[in-house]
Amino acid sequence: MATRAAPLDRRAPEAGPDRAHLTRARLFAVLGALAIILLAVVIIACAFGSVHIDLILAFTDRAGPDHAIFFAARLPRVLMAAVVGAALAASGAALQALVRNPLAEGGILGISGGGAFGAILALIVGARLGGSEAIVPLCAFGASLLSTVAVYRLAMVDGRLEPFTLLLVGVIFNSFWGAAIMIVNAMVNFYVVHSILFWLMGSFEAPTWREIAIAAVLGAIGFGALFAHARDMNLLSLGDDAASELGVDVDRLRRAIFLWTSIMIGAAVSVSGIISFVGLIVPHMIRLALGPDHRLLLPAAFLGGAAFMIAADLLARTIIAPAELPVGAITALCGGPFFVYLLRREGRSSLWS
Amino acid sequence: MNQPAENPALTLRASGLSAGYADRQVLRQVSIDAGFGELVAIVGPNGAGKSTLLKLLARTIAPWDGSIELLGKPIADYDRRELARTIAVVGQENVIAFQFTVLEAVLMGRAPHLAPFSFESPRDLAVARAALEQLGLTPLAGRYVQELSGGERKRVVLARALAQEPKVALLDEPTAFLDLKHIAEIFAILKQLRTTRGLTVIATLHDLNAAALYADRVLLLKDGEAVASGAPEQVLTAANLRAVYDTEVYVGRNPATGAVMVLPASVESSRPRE
Repeated sequence: MATRAAPLDRRAPEAGPDRAHLTRARLFAVLGALAIILLAVVIIACAFGSVHIDLILAFTDRAGPDHAIFFAARLPRVLMAAVVGAALAASGAALQALVRNPLAEGGILGISGGGAFGAILALIVGARLGGSEAIVPLCAFGASLLSTVAVYRLAMVDGRLEPFTLLLVGVIFNSFWGAAIMIVNAMVNFYVVHSILFWLMGSFEAPTWREIAIAAVLGAIGFGALFAHARDMNLLSLGDDAASELGVDVDRLRRAIFLWTSIMIGAAVSVSGIISFVGLIVPHMIRLALGPDHRLLLPAAFLGGAAFMIAADLLARTIIAPAELPVGAITALCGGPFFVYLLRREGRSSLWS
Repeated sequence: MNQPAENPALTLRASGLSAGYADRQVLRQVSIDAGFGELVAIVGPNGAGKSTLLKLLARTIAPWDGSIELLGKPIADYDRRELARTIAVVGQENVIAFQFTVLEAVLMGRAPHLAPFSFESPRDLAVARAALEQLGLTPLAGRYVQELSGGERKRVVLARALAQEPKVALLDEPTAFLDLKHIAEIFAILKQLRTTRGLTVIATLHDLNAAALYADRVLLLKDGEAVASGAPEQVLTAANLRAVYDTEVYVGRNPATGAVMVLPASVESSRPRE
């Protein structure tokens, strides 16, 4: 039998998804487009809110109220939403690569719940001991990491990660951390209760520039570290053995995903509380539109997550203005039905046949 | 055969391999070697340790005892990616999560050749397209792997292994799920790669007739031990097979090919004799 060289210029006549394989040019084109969308969303979100402000005046009249509202309230809030959305969506995509299933996400698996408990504990114990604010993200990260590893190990049955076992373990972790937070809640005074509620519902209310900076730096480092493993994540979808036989250090990859997703989720939770489903919705939309290649998925989820979260927060603060909804409630309201849809679909498809 | 000087006659040499899982020993003192361009078949009943032996040779699991040398160098000394450029493995279980297309899945075979952060070059794409063409997958290149049949998926994994451009291919039941035409095609492709590129193939095979027809040498395993090893007609004898499979067999010659032919001959298993 002679080897027939496949002509490269001929378009294959196959039916199927109209999708080219990933090239550097395509990656940059997609990310450029997403960056433009993100910028547009930032501008729109800065322009609208419960109080009308003039964006031109905000920049020209440094003494005016428009300037004060823009720089003290509107812009920090939009930036915080961007940072948290980016971190949650990219970490969701990485967790999905880890468990080879599109249903994984920090909120659903109870990782955010662990982070929130760590943050609340740090806040209360820290306040008692007069400790610094910096231990809050640190404790959130520690508790997130603990949850990630525990959920992963508990969901593993006979060396296999069954999607439904994983989801059940996530449900259990969520109620466990919820209960732990409620117990703390019952033991503290009224003022602390308010901030506990803030963590449970998720909000971008009045972030400080310092909080934004911490979350942005941790989110960016985490994203960079995960992105370095993007190609290995593709190979991981072939299973542990096949990935390892293609040269992937699977244990190292797993540890990296545990570590960096926990840092990103911990950072997000410590500044904004529990915001669920963003890590589920955004990667799924991107996979649907652009395919599952993680070299594209991770950065696209990072940018898309930022835009999605800013839009969700814009909705949260304008829909019943001048009052506002917790943004976590908005994402959960969209995400719940979406999750059920994914669950039905994945239950049917032969993911592990 | 014309061998380049840097290739030792024996591509892979493993001796005295023992291995198992937890407390259960699966292989005892098994030796196997494979020469440049050879096809060695590992046969034996279920649970004989065929797949475990293949996993040892792929370094997916580590042996309890024994040594494995690949191209004159201990397999433990290989860097992961260097090993992945040398050995391609086609396992029995072929899963893929997420909606990757056939072309994307086959391009994954190029991963051990790519520098960090680089994308597939036109040559990588050409190698993957040629592998698709060889396995008759070109019309399916844009389809989702998850939507394919078992046999088509098997061919996708074989194409991925070809795209790796390995020196050694370790195939665990490469013919499972495939129909007669595709089985013949796959052995024809392997034959071509063995003669043109000197690819060494080690395959576990359930099908003794395929082993007899296509293999240069056969290793017969039972309960984790080597019973016989050598040319098909020396190993696949009625006496050996009766002892290993614990059933009556008829061993003759395939009138079309002249290869050894094995048929079940246990009368109780079929219709009563008149």
